[in-house]
Amino acid sequence: MVEAYISLALKSIFVENILLAYFLGMCSFLAVSKKVETAIGLGAAVTFVLTITAPVNWALNEFLLKDGALAWAGLPEIDLSFLQFITFIAVIAAMVQLVEMIIDRYSPALYAALGIFLPLIAVNCSILGTSLFLVEREYDLGESLVFGFSSGLGWALAIISMAAIRYKLRYSHVPSGLRGLGITMLTTGLMAIAFMAFAGIQL
Amino acid sequence: MQKALEQVFDGLRPRFEKGGPLEWAWPMFEGAETFFLTPGEHTHKGVHVRDHMDMKRLMILVLYALLPTILIGWWNIGMQAYAAEGVVATPVEALLRGGVAMLPIIITSYTAGGIAELVFCIVRKHEINEGFLVTAMLFPLTLPPSIPLWMVAMGIVFGVVIGKEVFGGVGMNILNPALTARAFVFFTYPAFISGAKVWDAGGQGNSHIVSDLFGYGAPAVEGYTGATPLLAAASGEPGADAVALVEANGWSYMDMFVGTIPGSMGEVSALGALLGALFLIATGIASWRIMVGCVAGAVAMAAVLNGVAGPESVSMMSLPPHYHLVMGGFAFGTVFMATDPVSSANTQTGRLIYGFLIGVLVVLIRVVNPAYPEGMMLAILFMNVFAPLIDYFVVRRTTRRRAARLAAAA
Repeated sequence: MVEAYISLALKSIFVENILLAYFLGMCSFLAVSKKVETAIGLGAAVTFVLTITAPVNWALNEFLLKDGALAWAGLPEIDLSFLQFITFIAVIAAMVQLVEMIIDRYSPALYAALGIFLPLIAVNCSILGTSLFLVEREYDLGESLVFGFSSGLGWALAIISMAAIRYKLRYSHVPSGLRGLGITMLTTGLMAIAFMAFAGIQL
Repeated sequence: MQKALEQVFDGLRPRFEKGGPLEWAWPMFEGAETFFLTPGEHTHKGVHVRDHMDMKRLMILVLYALLPTILIGWWNIGMQAYAAEGVVATPVEALLRGGVAMLPIIITSYTAGGIAELVFCIVRKHEINEGFLVTAMLFPLTLPPSIPLWMVAMGIVFGVVIGKEVFGGVGMNILNPALTARAFVFFTYPAFISGAKVWDAGGQGNSHIVSDLFGYGAPAVEGYTGATPLLAAASGEPGADAVALVEANGWSYMDMFVGTIPGSMGEVSALGALLGALFLIATGIASWRIMVGCVAGAVAMAAVLNGVAGPESVSMMSLPPHYHLVMGGFAFGTVFMATDPVSSANTQTGRLIYGFLIGVLVVLIRVVNPAYPEGMMLAILFMNVFAPLIDYFVVRRTTRRRAARLAAAA
């Protein structure tokens, strides 16, 4: 059992990295990867939100939304899965509010550094993506928890290493047309090639 | 001779200098001049003590360090081609045959990459850097001898442009340009760079071009299939003994150490890489910490995997650590690719960590990932991505320790 969880975690951190294999959550990855400290903060925030939203969304889907989920209430023929997106997004938005309040209370410096990107975690594609993947792959509660947490870790790993690379890129002499986002996108592509090292591992 | 050259260059100089008619081609002139003559630059203000080891000398020394690898690889290509036809060849025959396969690839790499480099230098108005000479030599050495020439050209152009020039040129890139080039070809045309059919230079590939032109070295066997030792070790049933699988093909440990095995042109010989390593360490060009880290990481990881290997596990798991060191591209990658001063970690502690993790990853990819029998290229690229992060944490730890020491002293 534990073995299965560990392999799921390794798989979602390295083999199917949510950012470098699925390219989800690119906007904040590109925008908030200028400093390592900020990247660590945002990575931790995303991991926290993912760890909570994944099991909550799993429970909502399992007991309310999916086809026949309301059987426990005596309504087996009701299918509410058309509400999936809006429910998931509402849960994510609520969780992000929670994280925002916690960070504001305990680390005002990080709160100021993250700025607009903290509330924007609510629309970070990697978070909704994770919730949708766990429905699609039919994970159970434990698996959803591990999957959410390790997807967040994978995302954090990618953004932190990107932030360190961008320190190095400051000394580069990039053609003017590629400065800023252009070279960051190219670097992301090269990072994705390096992450191909793990593609194909069966865990 | 030197006088004459100096006269030629001095005569041409005004045309290329600022205000001259060929001003745009200054990098071309400058590149040619530094290739033949020592750069005449000196410091303009104040006194600077300059090391005699400038970029040009450094890169040329790396090429010297590559010589044993190139020569053994060269000879081995010919030997393998004859062996595929069942002929026992003399060393001279082997060298001729190997040259027919190897030289077109190297010439293509230098020409195509050189054009890309030159165009960038002219447009971006920076000088041609000698680092290109090493990149364009390392890249062909990582390829199988039967690779089509147009793939060589495409790969090196990708490596030079996307791997290096978009970042501003030598010293500013993130990933090793030669490995970026190889990764590009590897993922785009996997059938031409891995598997069991690409290692024989005689049967397919560029010998056709040469034999059409000069009537020499026409292939006698088409489509010869021969695995590399790594592929052989990985192809057994679960629980099979990897060493026995390798030896069943007639390769002893010594064969793999010297390099008389099928494989990429430069990777086969651990001996050649070892000679190169001694030279690079003695001249202080490459970091011994990275090499020691790589070897330690690979040995440790292989020992751990040997320990947990059971009757159900894949055959590669039982491959002993010292076999990992001489098989595949490990030795070549450790000495010439991982130690690239630009894309590796730049702090001393960081280099040890960086090397160690490369070693761990190579063995992990070889054993755990069924998609690739060899993992050296991807392990190095992966750690190239994390090298700046390792440096960041090492520097932060040092500054914090010093701050604490200062605070204690005050």
